[in-house]
Parts: sequence; C-alpha cells; structure tokens
Amino acid sequence: MRFPNIARTWPAAATLLLLLQFAPAHAGKTLDQVRQRAQLVCGVSTGVIGFSSADSQGRWNGLDVDVCRAIAAAVLNDPAKVKYVPLNAQQRFTALQSGEVDLLSRNTTWTLTRDASLGLHFTAVTYYDGQGFLVPKKLKVTSARQLKNAEICVQSGTTTEKNLSDWFKAQGIKIKPVVFEKFEASIKAFFSGRCQAYTTDASALAFIRSKEAPRPEDYLVLPELISKEPLGPVVRRGDDEWFAIVKWVIFALIEAEEYGITQANVDQMKAGTDPAIQRLLGSAEDSGKLLGLERDWAARAVKAVGNYGEMFQRNVGSASPLKLPRGLNALWNKGGLMYAPPVR
Amino acid sequence: MPSQRWRDLAVQGLFAAGLLALLWWLLDVTATNMAERGIRSGFDFLNDPAGFTIGESLLPFDSADSTLWALAAGLANTLRVALPAILISTLLGTLVGLGRLSPNLLLRGLCAAYVETLRNVPLLLQLLAWYFVVTDLLPLASEALQLAPHVFLSKSGLSLPWLADGALFDLPLRGEMGISGGAAVTPEFLALLLGLSLYTAAYVAETVRAGILAVPRGQSDAALALGLTRVQLFRLVLLPQALRSIIPPLTNQQLSLTKNASLAVAIGYPDLVSVANTTLNQTGRAAECIALIMAVYLILSLLTAWLSAWLEQRSGRWAERS
Repeated sequence: MRFPNIARTWPAAATLLLLLQFAPAHAGKTLDQVRQRAQLVCGVSTGVIGFSSADSQGRWNGLDVDVCRAIAAAVLNDPAKVKYVPLNAQQRFTALQSGEVDLLSRNTTWTLTRDASLGLHFTAVTYYDGQGFLVPKKLKVTSARQLKNAEICVQSGTTTEKNLSDWFKAQGIKIKPVVFEKFEASIKAFFSGRCQAYTTDASALAFIRSKEAPRPEDYLVLPELISKEPLGPVVRRGDDEWFAIVKWVIFALIEAEEYGITQANVDQMKAGTDPAIQRLLGSAEDSGKLLGLERDWAARAVKAVGNYGEMFQRNVGSASPLKLPRGLNALWNKGGLMYAPPVR
Repeated sequence: MPSQRWRDLAVQGLFAAGLLALLWWLLDVTATNMAERGIRSGFDFLNDPAGFTIGESLLPFDSADSTLWALAAGLANTLRVALPAILISTLLGTLVGLGRLSPNLLLRGLCAAYVETLRNVPLLLQLLAWYFVVTDLLPLASEALQLAPHVFLSKSGLSLPWLADGALFDLPLRGEMGISGGAAVTPEFLALLLGLSLYTAAYVAETVRAGILAVPRGQSDAALALGLTRVQLFRLVLLPQALRSIIPPLTNQQLSLTKNASLAVAIGYPDLVSVANTTLNQTGRAAECIALIMAVYLILSLLTAWLSAWLEQRSGRWAERS
C-alpha cells in the first residue's frame, strides 16, 4: 500500500493542526501545568551541535537545552525533569501555539513577523548570531561580493533564504539558491561541489568547516555577516507570568556571570555580604515570590547549568568542539551585548 | 417503490449534511482558536512580495514578485518534472511489462529483476542515490566539459543557449563562478526525473503485465490459429481488451507519481511543496499553506481521474469497434 506523499511529508504538521482544534482555547497557567505534571516540556531542534543535540545515549545537551534545564531547576528544583520534543523548522511554532510544548528553545531568530503575528512572545536573546558563507579556497574568493552568479546551497525552513535574497539584491548581484530540506543533504551537496558556497548562521559554519569538511583547510568562512540573527527562547502569548519566569531565569544566568557567581561557588556566594548577590540568590530578600517561585530560584538555575558564561564555554565556546569566540555574546562590560536588567 | 427511494435519499442527504457540518465545525474551531491565541490568519500574505529567490523556475520569477506567483512557479516546476516523468514511465513500464511476458528467458529475467529491485527500494533513497551519483560523477562548474560551442556539462547541470529577453540568444559562458547565462538542466531536475520515471515504470510494468494476462488464453490461441502474426495478435486482440483493465490502475500510478514529486525538496528541486515550505516559514501561516498544497494536489488528482475516465470510455468504444 502506498500512501500519497503529502501524507508522508506533512504528518506531523497535520497532527499539530488537529491539536489546534482540540486544545482548549485558554491553556491556563503554564506554571501550574508544569508543576502539576512535574515536568517541563521543551521544544528543541532535531540536532544542532552546541545548541540542542542528543548524544548516543539519547541525552540532550547544548546551549538551548541548558536554558530548559535552568528553567526546570528554577521551577521544579530538578534540572532533569524536562521532556525534550525535537521539532523541525516547519513544526516549531505550531507545536508551541497548540500547547504541545511549554517553551520553544530552539535556535530561533527573533523577527517582527514571528513576534507580532504568530501568537508568540520572544523572551530574551541567548545567542547573537549572523548569517555567513563558507566557500572552497580553490575558488579564490575573499568576499561575499565576489559571489556573482554563484550557486549557493542552503537548508530550507529558516530566515536564511530571505536574508540571502535581500542582501544580494541590495548588492545588485544575481545568485542561485539550491534549497534542501535536510541539513545532511545540503552539506553533502556542497562538499561534493554542487554549489560554490554554503550559507547559514556563522555559529554553524564554524562547526561545518571543522567537522563535516573532508579537509577543513580547503575551506574558508568569508568575513561578511549578512544579517542579524538574535536567537532566543519563545513562549505562547496570553500567559504573562510564564513569560516573566522564562525571561528572568535567563536574565539571572547573565546577571550571575556579571557577579562572578558560578556553578562551583554559588553556595559560598549565598553566604557572602554583597546585597545584590544576596538578593539574586535569595539569601536576603525573596525575589522568587514576585515570579511565583521559591526564593532560591536563581541559585538553583546557576547550580544546575552554571552562569551564562559557563554555559557558553561548555557548549559552544573554548571548552567545546565548536570553539566559537564570545564576540557579541560577551557581557556588556566586556565588549559584548549580553546585558540583563537588574534583579531587584 | 417510491417511499423506499425517498427514504434512501433522505438518509443520504442527512449523511452529506452531517459531513458538511463536521467540516464547517472543524474550520470554525480552528479559526476561533487561532484568533483567540493572537495568531494572524487569512490568505492576504499571497499578495505580499515573496522575498526569497527560486533557484530554477520555468516561469520568470524575482524575489519582489508576489507569494502567489512564487507558488505558481513552484507548481510549474512540479508539472515540469511530473509530465515528462509520466510519459517516460508509461513507455518504459509498458516495454518492461511486455518484456516480462516474453518467451526469451534472459529478457524475462532482466525485466523481473528490474521490477523487483525498483519496487522494493524506497523512492526517497533512490532519489538521493541518483542525485549524489549524478553530482559526484560530473566535473566541477569551474572545470565544465564543453560538449559543443556554448554547451557545457558540469555539476551545475547541462547549460544550453536559450532565448533571452530580447530576440537574441542567451549564451552560456565560462565565468569565475563556473558557467553563467543560458538555460540549465540541473542535476536536481535530472535526478528527480530519472528517479520518478524509473520507480513508477516498475509499477506500470506490473499493471501492463496483469492487464494482458487478464485476457483469456483462448483468445490468443484462437487468433494464432486464424493465422495472425504476434504483432497483429497484440495490436488487434490483446491490447484493446487489456487497455480497459490497464487504464484505471495506470491512472493511480501516475497520480502517485505526481504526488511523489513532492519528495523533490529532499534533493533541492524547487517544486510546489518546497516553495510552500519556504513560504510557511517566512510567514508562519501553517494552516493556510498546508490547505493550499492540499487543494492543489486534490485538483491535480481530480483532473487526472477525470482524464482517465474519459480515456477509459474511449478505449471501451474502441474495443467494441475493432
């Protein structure tokens, strides 16, 4: 029996549409639901190394996964109480809209269309990315402006295709995208020489060059970044308390880095004398009750995943295979853009 | 009995009304839920500029054109690969089907092997295999093979001179980035055409074989006893009778082929589903985009079914005449 292909290509999307029918219009308080089932349901990617990917034992890790763990620690006092739902680019927003996941933490770019028309709220930026190009050195190209008439391999389902078209149009350069649905196919096509360039977010290009290229030294990441890609977790509209919790857990992780609170020293710091640190960690006043959480919510989050800097180094920075520089993702007082409103 | 007839009609009418009510309810609940969650809905995005580029398009397309036009270009690309594939698979399938009935042992074995292999390997795998064989074999665009003046073969495909906007020809030329200008038969198109044609041909072959075997044996014996040659036997006796049982299942195969063309997105060919996928991601209008794809495939299928019914009727008349 052969089913029509549409049924094979869109089963998940169709199921999600059905979910939209039957899910109650008001999902109620997400926090209560999460506490009741004693589990946070987190939408992640189907596999982006450094952000969200499962290892051979099925354990999820990455920067986006650590955000889920931190929130589970703050809300449920156990970073392991997370169910990860891998979602592709087409499914992700519907899964969140329909209530299948409590939170979408899946390298998703914050744009006006998404923030304003999908019934969603972007909470905070956890990674500042930008779109770049990978080319074979043999091509003797040093700038993206030289890619006239080039064929460029790209994976569908992201903001990438539009950026590509916009940027080259502004430059008055014609290019030809070759669009693949699956990451693996797009990579294989590029390294077999089908395209003269590959484009995606710069964070992924570094990984692709070092891990997927037959000989990394034969390939070059071009200097231009053609877009701003602020990535961050997304929640449903209509539940402001949950929106605040997700936002402030992330702020607390950034704030912790600023104050030098780490996974290792968080218990010591609790007993310290700095009032700002005492407030953040709940040893002086109870900042948790304003969010509907326990007073040590931020301390639990830091204890689970470390501060933002530790998360970064472990997953995508110098202690990871990606070896990405902090760049824009350094703290505001160290030349980057990571700036959290004060916890007070 | 008239009262019995009225009762039947009433039951059927009620059933149809129930179905319509269910459909309306589903649409209404979806729309209400989406509105309550602040999800924008509607088809207004079709008039907005698409904002993305389509790699190869039969219709002239630019990123400033409307999303509707982008989807039309995607549909044109689907048809551009489905129509030739239907033709090739029907011809090849018929030959293989006849080959399986041949008295020649080697030919029969080869045809049987073809059918069993192609039918039992998933189409997606076949497409990927064809695609990567094609791209791996061809030379890099910067080292393109020149087959004739202004005809190049490379990983970018077969580049040919083509009519330009003016009356002049647009000639492919070697550039820094490989070949520019002209029209190209891309490896994506070629792999999809090849994969779809060969896969569907295996099913067509079985349909043709079954149709011919369905004609009672006595008919062939009688025709041969009357002194008809094998060609005459096939043309005058077997084919007209077999066609009637072949056409409906053959239509099913070709319908599947058109729908299978949606696997194009796996190997980078910008078909309707690929373009709609991109649209869905840019606009976030999931329900609308999926509804559009479903409507287009439904219309294509209904058209094909209608064409098949017409052919079937004609072949029936033909069989009676001959």
